[in-house]
Amino acid sequence: MLYNIFIDPFVQMAGAPDLLVQALWDGLVSGVLYALIALGFVLIFKASGVFNFAQGIMVVFAALTLVGLYEKGVPAYVALALTLVVMFLLAVAVERVVLRPLVNQPDIILFMATFGLTYFLIGFGELVFGGNPKAMITAQLGLPRGVIDVEMLGGRVSFQKIDIAAAVIASIMVAALAVFFQKTRIGRALRAVADSHKAALSVGISLNQIWVIVWFAAGVVALAAGIMWGARSEVSFALEIVALKALPVLVLGGFTSVPGAIVGGLIIGVGEKLGEFYWGPLVGGGIETWLAYFIALAFLLFRPQGLFGEKIIERI
Amino acid sequence: MLYRETGQFKTSYKADMAVFPIRQDRIGLAVILLLAFVATPLFGSAFLLSAVMIPLLVFALAALGLNLLTGYTGQLSLGTAGFMGVGAYACYKLTTFFPEVNLIVWILASGFFSAAVGVLFGLPSLRIKGFYLAVATLAAQFFLQWCFIRIPWLYNNNVSGAIEAPVRTLFGMPITGPHATPELRYLVVLSIVALLTWIASNLVHGRVGRSWMAVRDMDIAAELMGIRLLPTKLLAFAVSSFYCGVAGALMVFLWYGSAEPEVFSISQSFLILFMVIIGGLGSLIGSFFGAALIYGLPIVLKSLFPMLGLSVGAATIEHITFMVVGAMIIGFLIVEPHGLASIWRTIKQKLRVWPFPY
Repeated sequence: MLYNIFIDPFVQMAGAPDLLVQALWDGLVSGVLYALIALGFVLIFKASGVFNFAQGIMVVFAALTLVGLYEKGVPAYVALALTLVVMFLLAVAVERVVLRPLVNQPDIILFMATFGLTYFLIGFGELVFGGNPKAMITAQLGLPRGVIDVEMLGGRVSFQKIDIAAAVIASIMVAALAVFFQKTRIGRALRAVADSHKAALSVGISLNQIWVIVWFAAGVVALAAGIMWGARSEVSFALEIVALKALPVLVLGGFTSVPGAIVGGLIIGVGEKLGEFYWGPLVGGGIETWLAYFIALAFLLFRPQGLFGEKIIERI
Repeated sequence: MLYRETGQFKTSYKADMAVFPIRQDRIGLAVILLLAFVATPLFGSAFLLSAVMIPLLVFALAALGLNLLTGYTGQLSLGTAGFMGVGAYACYKLTTFFPEVNLIVWILASGFFSAAVGVLFGLPSLRIKGFYLAVATLAAQFFLQWCFIRIPWLYNNNVSGAIEAPVRTLFGMPITGPHATPELRYLVVLSIVALLTWIASNLVHGRVGRSWMAVRDMDIAAELMGIRLLPTKLLAFAVSSFYCGVAGALMVFLWYGSAEPEVFSISQSFLILFMVIIGGLGSLIGSFFGAALIYGLPIVLKSLFPMLGLSVGAATIEHITFMVVGAMIIGFLIVEPHGLASIWRTIKQKLRVWPFPY
């Protein structure tokens, strides 16, 4: 038994390095997608202190809007632009209807409000676009398709082109966000708001504008995640459960850290795939559903604020 | 006028600290209990009993359990459905192993299994707080649900993978299975819920409840005041999971009749969290209000559309229900962030001082 747990998986890894590389790659790719979802969470949490449960459904909603518009006969790129407009309108609506009346409420109340938003968006999305899974319009958006097979380490490892594209787009997005946060005026305002709402208000930063901007940024990130995810499987509301995986990612990286979201996503993605591949068969498989949470939990026991989170200082 | 405490003097500390210090409240409670125990089973239709009242009570009990943990002790939990499942599966195993023992005993005993699991997953709570703790309970939720699917021993190696309530009797009358009357099932559920609510009320009004609330309000301060955090938090996890486990057992045995692992999915956990928050964090009666609203609202909405003469498809109604529930949650939070229980308190206060504003 102990041999099976502690030694055999590593023997397998060493025995078939091509399979290991394949598993690692799969893990990294799903990690990138987790990271993209977590990134949306982090953006909103940093700027408004709201734990936005609706991020997962925003991913679905953005992807559904895009596909739905395309199916109504709108050209793909126009649909993309229109989806961005829809996400902006959503951000404005959320700010007006949810955040502004609930300003200065306890965290859990805001958290619950985003639950309400989740329900609303599920109902609204299904009402407008129907509940059936849809295929993502990968080709029409000019995204690459197909597989690259690489002969390496005595075997064949296949890379989906769309996965490579996802990784590239995700990196560009993170870089853009980093520049946006560090170099622009709005970025500075965002960081000021993240530090202290009151202090930011007192130097003339409009909280309401900032909230619209972050929610819109989170919407854009959600759209990117939705396109990538949709291209890998299909666009459906089942994605919402997968989006819950962003929670352990966040916890692992720390709620307020953009690099944390990325590193956390990759760790969770890789850990989950390796665990499922090498240790899953020992207990009958399907451990992917909960392994991520246990990995996060194990990290938390040593660093309660996450890998990159700010140190929690408690005072009386 | 009716709700006036003039002339009711408290002559002892005991009377002053009573749970219901005002006589009208005690009379009101007696009337409600009378209605629930006598009038409802006598005059209620089978639909009302088995499709409205029993689910409502079961959800109220689960919400009560979660409220003890989240509302009173301040530990956010997203694993309620998992703990409910532990109760249901434990009860199923127990009653199939020892069919001769009364089912009620096993329903209550299954709560202890769920309490043990709850303590296990509550262990990280000493080090992890707030939303971070939610991940620990999510781990419980997904892990437990995985167990219900992957461990055939739990469902006695059924081909269907579902657990089915075997026929059990109470005083010679069946309380589970197809021949059980809704009235009897309702009375059993009601008795258990009433008993557990009474115990919960005593718990939260006593030393245990006060230490829970101290931990909720600020755990470091509570620790400095001499409350031992680990036992207090774990006790909250244990009691909360006990309640959820009993609710789960009641749900499968006296409401559904059979259950698949999907019944204990994450969405069920969220539903119960809604009930707690809409009802009011840290309020026992709020759990009942929340359960009534969240469970009752979709039923009302579904019957509302035909009544208005609108012919819309079932799917559309489903979607609109989702939207309305979502919008209502946001609306409620904006109007009254402290839940229905707070509205209830306000109404009572207004009645007490009526016609004066304060």
